[in-house]
Amino acid sequence: MELFDILVSATFWAAVLRIASPLIFATMGELICERAGVLNLGIEGIMVAGAFAGWIAVYAGLPLWGGVAVAFGAGVAFGLLHGLLTVPLGLSQHVAGIGITMLATAATYFAYRVALPEVSSPPKITAFQPTGWAVLGSQTVLTWAALATVAVTGWVLWRTPLGLALRAAGENPAAVEAQGLPVHALRMGAVAVGSGLMAVGGSFLTLSAFNSFFFEMVNGRGWVCIALVVFGAWRPGRALLGALLFAGFDAFQIRLQQTSLGAGLPYQLFLAMPYLLSVLALVVMSRRTEVPAALMTPYNKGER
Amino acid sequence: MAEILRLDGITKRFGPVLANDDISFALNEGEVLALLGENGAGKTTLMNILFGHYMADAGTVTVAGTPLPPGQPGAALEAGVGMVHQHFTLAGNLSVLDNVMLGTRPLFSLRAGRRAARARLAELSGRFGLAVDPDARVADLSVGERQRVEILKALYRDARVLILDEPTAVLTPQEVEALFATIRKAVAQGLAVVFISHKLGEVMAVADRVVILRRGAKVAEMRSAETDRHRLAEAMVGAEITPPDVPPAVPGEVLFRLDRVSTAGTPGLRAASLALRAGTITGIAGVSGNGQRALADLLSGLEVPVEGRAELMGAGLGIWSPRRAVGAGIARIPEDRHATGAIADFDLTGNAMLEDYHRPPMSRRGWLDRRAARRRAEEIIARYDVRCPGPATPIRLLSGGNMQKLILGRVLEAGPRIILAAQPTRGLDIGAVTYVHRQLLAARARGAAVLLISEDLDELRALSDVIHAIHDGELSPAFARGEITVKELGLWMAGQGGRDAA
Repeated sequence: MELFDILVSATFWAAVLRIASPLIFATMGELICERAGVLNLGIEGIMVAGAFAGWIAVYAGLPLWGGVAVAFGAGVAFGLLHGLLTVPLGLSQHVAGIGITMLATAATYFAYRVALPEVSSPPKITAFQPTGWAVLGSQTVLTWAALATVAVTGWVLWRTPLGLALRAAGENPAAVEAQGLPVHALRMGAVAVGSGLMAVGGSFLTLSAFNSFFFEMVNGRGWVCIALVVFGAWRPGRALLGALLFAGFDAFQIRLQQTSLGAGLPYQLFLAMPYLLSVLALVVMSRRTEVPAALMTPYNKGER
Repeated sequence: MAEILRLDGITKRFGPVLANDDISFALNEGEVLALLGENGAGKTTLMNILFGHYMADAGTVTVAGTPLPPGQPGAALEAGVGMVHQHFTLAGNLSVLDNVMLGTRPLFSLRAGRRAARARLAELSGRFGLAVDPDARVADLSVGERQRVEILKALYRDARVLILDEPTAVLTPQEVEALFATIRKAVAQGLAVVFISHKLGEVMAVADRVVILRRGAKVAEMRSAETDRHRLAEAMVGAEITPPDVPPAVPGEVLFRLDRVSTAGTPGLRAASLALRAGTITGIAGVSGNGQRALADLLSGLEVPVEGRAELMGAGLGIWSPRRAVGAGIARIPEDRHATGAIADFDLTGNAMLEDYHRPPMSRRGWLDRRAARRRAEEIIARYDVRCPGPATPIRLLSGGNMQKLILGRVLEAGPRIILAAQPTRGLDIGAVTYVHRQLLAARARGAAVLLISEDLDELRALSDVIHAIHDGELSPAFARGEITVKELGLWMAGQGGRDAA
């Protein structure tokens, strides 16, 4: 009975959307990168950097949207670095991506210490407030922006010439080249914009979900997004569904811990639940998916 | 007719290799020009320069009176040059329409304009006889259909010059006919076509004029109406080529037999029956990807029957593996010599001992005998005329023909009873092709049973005593030499044999 009560409570659904928002931004970012043929394992670090950059910008006096823009810019910068390594230089996308994650995390830590040398606990800012709009009024405007991002990503990828070129770059870059389009520029652009979205996803944590910055706050969400892209079969709508599902599990387990059932079981079990269920869903859903054929394949003009 | 394309003094070097040496020719509207030459003669390099994939060291390309800026595929496309590459440049997971539309609209427009594109594609399909479903996923299309998409892509962009790079290599004879019909329709409407090939028959059939390249230089230019295959061949090779004599076969006992054998995998064999007799060459004709690999793998021990019975020298296969296949005296000339025939970074000595390194005389009590291995390599180099600096050369530095000679030597030295020759002449020049043919015929004369899998119908019909067509894993009945026409064979290759083979 308690389980049912959880599922029909408005706060549960509000929590689902709140937990899903950063995942939605970052998943769309990763999806754009991978559709163009570049795996971006820098996502975890870029989210950390975005969370910090947005927060410190607002702390320094910028408006909240300014913070989001700064986070996006930080993401673009790391994305360009990842793109430089993997697109024109053609390095291993795995290695470069993990390197970006380590670099972005360390650089954030460094910047934090430089900016705030003497504080023991990070200062708080005034974050985005609930809109109070009719349906799900407890959400901030950033959540609505996340949902809009899904629609825009879908539109661009499937309804515009640019999207067609990006998807083709991830399927067969030689075909793109043969049509006189610049493969490297397309891929670099996709990685830059995708990384920007990842960073915005990170900044949601500091500018909307919470009002301060902690290092552990991204906590593996980047890796979850990598899985969500696969789960979503590289389609924005299905990836959104995956993000909501994961967030649903997460919100559910927190509430489950407070029930009589939760009292009898170790809480770590509940923490692991969304991940376990995600793995399960991944296995079921991704059997027959069409991976972008040129994902992780560098393209060099004049080579076969 | 007005001149549409002119190449002037095109020269291109790759390091010390002169790939194109001062090549010039011109092309008129409504004309088919064949560019004929062996592999490595510089045809593809020349077309890549024309299309802007490569930059020429010297020379100019002029389209309709305007010189093209070098190294810009976009400019070539703009000027109306369309290229159908030998390896198609299509995105498999996208639809036909998407592939055709790619890059035809400004990138940052808000709409794709699919409806107009669809109408235009349908109009072009009808006008040039290139039927294809615009919503089909390219990966689901046959090779012939994919080629139609490639041609449509070029036509969609208002190509005035259409370059077809070895367009018939992967087609059945009927598909070749359809392609030729399309080419004729295109030139009748004023397009100009450059047809790149090394197949003399096709060049004579479709071209108005022939430009012949040899070792990067233009050696001749003739009107096809004023020449014949023999003269073209001589100009292309630079020497007289005499095909090997094929004496009558002396068939012996059946050494390998398949009785309604199926294998796993797609495309696997489906209820295939076959008998390889001593002293004969059995040819398998088919468009690649129709189960040839499964057949070759079965004979090499990489694949096992899941249904039906396979017999080796009259007995069942037992536990079948590559090592047992080698042990039973099956010589394997693999389809992809780079991927499965040799280890690129090993030297010739290492590659020469790949199949029996674990047995005397190559190794004793678990130790390799490097000296014996080196002697073997030297023997093969001498006897099979492998041109190389020495047995310590990494095999990747050899040309395809010389690599193939080493593989031939490796498998033929042991005097095998059964020889699997999968695409043994693919990518070789005429000299090397003739050499391989002679070696296979010599093995046949010694009493070996040869299974020859090839896409080259001329080769198959010249060498095979018995011929089967393969389509989607099914083998046609066996036809004796001269019993089947190319047209009938083509129908079997398309899976329509025996129905209306009139």
